[in-house]
Amino acid sequence: MTNTNSSNVVLDINNLIVGLGRKADAHRIIDDLSLQVCEGETLCLVGESGSGKSVTSLTTMGLLQKGTLVPSGGSVKLVGEELLTATDRRLRQLRATRMAMIFQEPMTALNPVVPVGRQIDEVLRAHTDLDSRARRQKILAMMEHVRLPDVERIFSSYPHRLSGGQRQRIMIAMALVLEPKLLIADEPTTALDVTTQKQILTLIRDLQRDHGTAVLFITHDMGVVAEIADRVAVMRHGRLVEAGPLQDVLRNPKMEYTRNLLSSVPSLVPRPPRPETKEPVVLEANELSKVYRERSLYGKAREVAAASNVTLTLRKGRTLGIVGESGSGKSTVARCIVRLIDPTSGGVRLAGREISDLSRRLLQPHRQKIQIIFQDPYRSLNPRVTVGESIAEGPINYGMPRKDALARARELLELVHLPPDAISRYPHQFSGGQRQRIAIARALALDPDVLVADEAVSALDVSVQAQVLNLLDEIQRRLGIALLFITHDLRVAAQICDDVAVMQRGRVVEQGPAAEVLTNPQQAYTRALLEAAPGRGWDFANFRPVSESALATA
Amino acid sequence: MLGYLIRRILAAVPVMGVVALFVFLLLRLTPGDPAAILAGDNATPEQLDRIRTSLGLNEPIYIQFYTWIAKLLHGDLGVSLISNKPILEMIGPRLEPSISVALATIVLSILVAVPLGVIAAWKHGTWIDRCVMGLSVLGFSVPVFVIGYVLIQVFAIDLRWVPVQGFKSISAGFGPFFERIILPTCTLSFIYVALIARMTRASMLDVLGEDFVRTARAKGIGETGVLLRHALRNAAVPVITVIGSGFALLISGVVVTESVFNLPGIGRLTVDAVLARDYPVIQAMILLTSGIYVAVNLLIDLAYTLLDPRIRY
Repeated sequence: MTNTNSSNVVLDINNLIVGLGRKADAHRIIDDLSLQVCEGETLCLVGESGSGKSVTSLTTMGLLQKGTLVPSGGSVKLVGEELLTATDRRLRQLRATRMAMIFQEPMTALNPVVPVGRQIDEVLRAHTDLDSRARRQKILAMMEHVRLPDVERIFSSYPHRLSGGQRQRIMIAMALVLEPKLLIADEPTTALDVTTQKQILTLIRDLQRDHGTAVLFITHDMGVVAEIADRVAVMRHGRLVEAGPLQDVLRNPKMEYTRNLLSSVPSLVPRPPRPETKEPVVLEANELSKVYRERSLYGKAREVAAASNVTLTLRKGRTLGIVGESGSGKSTVARCIVRLIDPTSGGVRLAGREISDLSRRLLQPHRQKIQIIFQDPYRSLNPRVTVGESIAEGPINYGMPRKDALARARELLELVHLPPDAISRYPHQFSGGQRQRIAIARALALDPDVLVADEAVSALDVSVQAQVLNLLDEIQRRLGIALLFITHDLRVAAQICDDVAVMQRGRVVEQGPAAEVLTNPQQAYTRALLEAAPGRGWDFANFRPVSESALATA
Repeated sequence: MLGYLIRRILAAVPVMGVVALFVFLLLRLTPGDPAAILAGDNATPEQLDRIRTSLGLNEPIYIQFYTWIAKLLHGDLGVSLISNKPILEMIGPRLEPSISVALATIVLSILVAVPLGVIAAWKHGTWIDRCVMGLSVLGFSVPVFVIGYVLIQVFAIDLRWVPVQGFKSISAGFGPFFERIILPTCTLSFIYVALIARMTRASMLDVLGEDFVRTARAKGIGETGVLLRHALRNAAVPVITVIGSGFALLISGVVVTESVFNLPGIGRLTVDAVLARDYPVIQAMILLTSGIYVAVNLLIDLAYTLLDPRIRY
């Protein structure tokens, strides 16, 4: 492959085959994969969901589910030692001492009923002979090393008391406490906010530099790749598509698939603004607030303002984005506007009619004017109802005859580029991207004036994401629908929004045309968000750094 | 924590109040004259009158409830219509056999069922798993009295290891006490083991699929550590819930078991009272079992907070 010095290869995977089940002709999840990671090097393993990235890492760790996924060929060597034929006992010895792993979800990767300090302590108890005082000292030192504050307190805290970033730092401390040669990081920042992500990426980089660890970094996010990789390996359907140094792969991708993957990454540079229109305002939120009160039978009430004084305006045919990190209140605002939850104060005007104080029954006729698409297409469709029924249910509720409603469903499926026979199938027969198209068709079935998309493309792979964004754009042009687009992803916001509202802790901190807010932010928070966006130095779709793009267009 | 405990005990007061009201109305709302029900078919008008006065039935109903509750709070459960003895005195000596069997059943069941469930989940899909699940179905489907008679036949009559029936207080020595409660305990444990083992297995299977179990394995922790330190404690909450709600099952099971093994416990007392329509005793038994049930549930809620630090009230 590459001319790496064989003496310091830490992880050496050769012609690995992993099959689904033990049979010789079993479907291959990993098919003839070869890659090397050297000391002090970060190899980013990139690919879309189902490409076999995680299976590769679990095979290395020996953590594949026994009997389900079976390595049937090739070799995986850790500092020269074969892992595929190693005994369970030997693998246990190697874990945490020679190779360690951190996972995607810091929320679920730690045991919720054991204090985090003890969870790190377990590693030391399992692999060293240190006494309890020495162990404690080592752990506290390590916790400081991963830049956790107030380590004594955190040592005895339970995971639910810590933030996502802190938990991921605990995971990193746990993985690195015995200075393993190889660190496998499986999407370690995907579940984190961009500002936290930036900190964690920096931390992994610094620790690697200090300890010379080899890092196998698994991600689907090209931005993260640009931030952290020395070399990149692209996977698809369990096979290696191409591998090479970062600059080579980003600048001169050799394979068609890599080119497409990079082209699908939305640019942080906002698209050219569309001309202002004099179309009527279809949606207005005035000083919208939502306060949650936690009340117990005998205890005191506690108040949490999930959204305060949010004011938004949306015209026909336009797209307004609400961006912000988790907990900023963007979904709360969306749900208040659709009246899935009731705002505490403030008003919502839909097509000129105030709807925030209507009763459920009086609200009914207005519901069809505003529809919502949710984040997770795997859970937002009822699995026991056919796609056609799901789409037709809305119109039928509003009095359309069943036959007409199903005919309408067929038209809508065509509009979202799905085959007409999809109507009688069930959600599980579709991929994530297809399901999101179904969710869009369902929302459109009532001819709404406003479509609210709550993180509607966040769960999708970039190539699928690009298709769904194009679809939304096309639908907006054809139907003149107004779009309220909630997202945490500034790249997506830059490519679809006319206007953007940036939210932080329940408040809108900055609002204006996307082209201005995202290129010349006035508020410190917006600037911090933009600066934290991974890979902002790269214009992936044009295979060059942003600085060169600026020169090219100047 | 202490505040929570006090709040929970306070919250149990209205619950017990509703139970008391129900128990009170049980007698008053049964069709016909309570005095006539109490006195039986051959009572003379004078007898009826005496019962009415003694029960305060001539007073308005809320006064009756008030006097009844007031007596109850002073520990006066009333007098049996059959034996004319104070009910409190009747219950007292019968608590030991029932509580002994009930506690022994819980302890035995947990000791047997939790390891069975853990092993079944660990060896999910293998013959071990299927055996445990098969046993569990058997435990559910065979009636308690059948198990009781089979155990008596085998261990008391054929093998002569233990006495057939009866009860000896623990104050008479542990040996005689133990050999008399062992069979009733085993009998009662069958269904309880089935219930707990099933729940433990299901709950463990859920937890073993969790990310933190994978993390534990990635740390190089051995299987025992993964199962006991990481999985079991997380799987415990639903199991504890079932142990608690299974307590109702246990109370009804005690009634049958005490009849089969001729134990002088509260189950037998209840059956006798129902057969003899001894209403004051029935009332007392309903109050007693509801009280136990409320207390057990309180203990279980407290156990949640010990097992899962995320549960805080």
